[in-house]
Order: sequence, then C-alpha cells, then structure tokens
Amino acid sequence: MTEEKYILRVENIKKAFGTNQVLQGVSVNVRKGETVCFIGPSGTGKSTLLRCINQLTIPDSGKIFLNDEEVTHAGPRINYFRQKIGMVFQNFFLFDHLTAVRNVEIALLKVKKLPPKEAREKALYELRQVGMADWADHYPAELSGGQAQRVSIARALAMDPEIMLFDEPTSALDPELTREVLEVMKKLALQGMTMLVVTHEMGFACSVANKICFMEHGHIKEEGSPAELLNNPEFERCKAFIGEFREYSQ
Amino acid sequence: MDQITFILDVMVPAFESGLLMTLALVAVTAPIGLLIGIGVACGRVYGGKGLSWLMQLYAIFFRGCPLLLLLFILYFGLPSIGIVFTPFVASVLGFIFCNSAYNSEYIRGSIISIKEGQLIAAKALGMTRNQAIINIVLPQALRRSIPGISNEFIYLIKYSSLAYMITVIELTGASKLIATKYFAYNETFFAVALVYLALVTITTFGASALEKKFAIPG
Repeated sequence: MTEEKYILRVENIKKAFGTNQVLQGVSVNVRKGETVCFIGPSGTGKSTLLRCINQLTIPDSGKIFLNDEEVTHAGPRINYFRQKIGMVFQNFFLFDHLTAVRNVEIALLKVKKLPPKEAREKALYELRQVGMADWADHYPAELSGGQAQRVSIARALAMDPEIMLFDEPTSALDPELTREVLEVMKKLALQGMTMLVVTHEMGFACSVANKICFMEHGHIKEEGSPAELLNNPEFERCKAFIGEFREYSQ
Repeated sequence: MDQITFILDVMVPAFESGLLMTLALVAVTAPIGLLIGIGVACGRVYGGKGLSWLMQLYAIFFRGCPLLLLLFILYFGLPSIGIVFTPFVASVLGFIFCNSAYNSEYIRGSIISIKEGQLIAAKALGMTRNQAIINIVLPQALRRSIPGISNEFIYLIKYSSLAYMITVIELTGASKLIATKYFAYNETFFAVALVYLALVTITTFGASALEKKFAIPG
C-alpha cells in the first residue's frame, strides 16, 4: 500500500483566544485538485482554521505542511508559503487606493519583482479569467460587492498559488452577486485548483466539493462526500444543520 | 520720504531678503519634518514596546516644549556644553522637532484609521510587514493626513518668524528692522501681515489641489 500524497496536511491544530478554545485539535488532509468545504454554525473556528493555514493567525500547537514542507514555524519563509496559498476574504479587503488592475499587480511587482510590463499583462490576464477586464481601471469603491470579490480572487490567483483559501467569500453578497462569485469559484475548481472553502452556501458545497467538513466547537465533527453527509449524517447536530438548509431551500 | 519711495526703496528690498529667508526656513524644515513625522508615527503604531514608547516620548517632549524656549536652548544654551549652531541651523532644528512631532500625530491618527484588513490582505499575498506598510497602508494614511499636514505647514510659515528671536533676519525680522528705523510701524507690519496672508492662502489652495489630485475615486 502506497502512502497517499497530500498537497496540504493539517495536523492537530489548536488555537485559543484568551479562554476561548476556538480550535481544539483539527486535522485535515487535502489532495491536489480537491475542493474541501467547511460548514457549520458561526463561531466554530472555520475561519480561524483557514487563517492558521497561511499563518495569519499563529496556532498554539499543531503542524501544517504544504507539499511536505512545514508552514508552521517557517519564520521569514512564511512569505514564500503565502504566495503559494492564495486567500480570499469575506470583506474582499481590496486595496482601496488602487484600481482593480493595480490591486492585482501590486504583489507581482513588490513580492514577485516582475517587470512592470509583465506584471500588467499577468494582472489583465487574471482579470479576464474572472470577467473583470473591462473594470481594470476602476477603484474598489466603484465596484459592486460581487465585482470586488472577483477582483480579489484574481489578485490571489495572480501569485500562481497551489491552493486557495476562501473565507466565506459570498457572505457579504446578495443572492445575485453570490451567484457570479460562485460561478468563478466553480470554474476554478473544475480547472483543478485545490480549494478550501468556508461557506454557508450548501448548494455550492454539494455540487462542487469533493469533501465537506462539518465543524462545531472547534472540532471537525463529521466529514465525507456531499452525498454521505447530506443523505446520511451520523451526527445529530450536523443533521439538524443540514435539515435547516433543506427546509428553507424547498 | 513719501510713501511710494518708502515702499519701493525700503520695504520691497527688505521684504524680499526676509521672504527668501522665511522660504528657506520652511523649505528645509517641511520635507524633513514630514519624513521624521512619518517615521515617528510608524514607530508608534508598528514598533515594539520600546520603540513605540520612545517615539511617544519624542512627541510628548517636542509638542510640550514651547518652540521659542526650544530655539533658545538650541542657540543660547547648547554652546555652553560645546555644541554651537549657526542661527539658521538652530532655527531649522527647532522647527523640525516641532513640525515632525505634530505631523507624527496627524499621521498616526490616519494610520490607525486604515482598516486592518488592508494589512492582512497584503500579508496574505506574501508581502513582508514593511512592504505592506510602505505599499498599502502609508499611501492611504498619507492621503488622509493631507489636511493635517498642510495645517501644520501653515503653522510653520507663521512660527518661522520665531527665528528672528535668535537673530535670523527673516520676514518678520526684516520688517521689524525697517519699522523701527523709519518709525513706520503700522504700514510695515500691516504690509508684512499681508505677505504672510498671501503665503498661507497659496498654501491653502495648494493643499486642496493636492487633496483633489490624490482623492480616491468612488
């Protein structure tokens, strides 16, 4: 039996904020090209888990490996790993003083040190990928939430990441805008991007995810394929959570 | 001597050399004061405990010390311990301390008004903290500081007249000399006040043009 090859390994991550133990030992393994969705009630550590993966939040204990290289305790090398780990935030966090295309190219210029012309071409290419090329010269405040989120996806993709983290990418958007962002994400997944997605969009999770993890109280309480989890949740709380989604979507 | 001759032959040449000195004081002080102000502000917001505390001390001291007293110390006091500055250098030093201390507060306020997400997103892209501060936070914070910094610039134009107290013959000093010599206090001081008013007005318009130029659309 050969050992399975994982692009990302999260081993027993624990994190407390004060007395609040947000992550109580979370482990998850992700294969290349997989989409893993994290669902569950608010405040159960889903976002904290994503932030631990690129060390925006430093876990108290546990280890994280990207391609068998340790991300935790990487020191200054963390900036190398962060280029490999793209991240998209609930509130976009576009750089307010830069146009869409400048948002995408700034890290190419400053971090990857690409020549200006090359950076601009790459940035425009990524904007085209998310359907935002026509808005290249607009500032974030001139964009709708959905447009802003697509630019932020382009910004992350421009670094040629190996995996992408999505932290509730559509929670600040209305249903129509949510759709346009999910379309982009679905396309990405189909292109073979490895994605970890914290979401409340059950429809997306069911149709795109290879694996869904239900989290509660800082644990992954249940994990499995969408079919396993939706049709046959073993865990009571997970059953109730999914049940509520069912009820409202009928 | 009639009024016209007084204005043309006495006032204009005196004001001209005085004005040049005032402009020199301002031109040397303002950019250095701004740079140090940015440094002090960053030190306070992003520095470790020690640096942050040191920068706070800087701001407290130089905002707390009356500027005239500071100039007296620099020019009259320090020579007794062997440090001698020319009047111009002593003035500029005093102005830089004062200007940078106030600027640091305006800039610090702007920095902490920038949402943390900007820094987080920059880090997530692989920028170091310094890259994120320089490329993302400061360009936004400095835009928000323009009104404060130009306010301080206007103060600087006016308090540069204190250099006269340590023998730098700038605009106020030049006017005082001819006012006393010709017993023409009202005309002279009123005229020099108009010159300051003109400088301040130009600055005000310049500042709002700058604000417009750097305004973020949307």
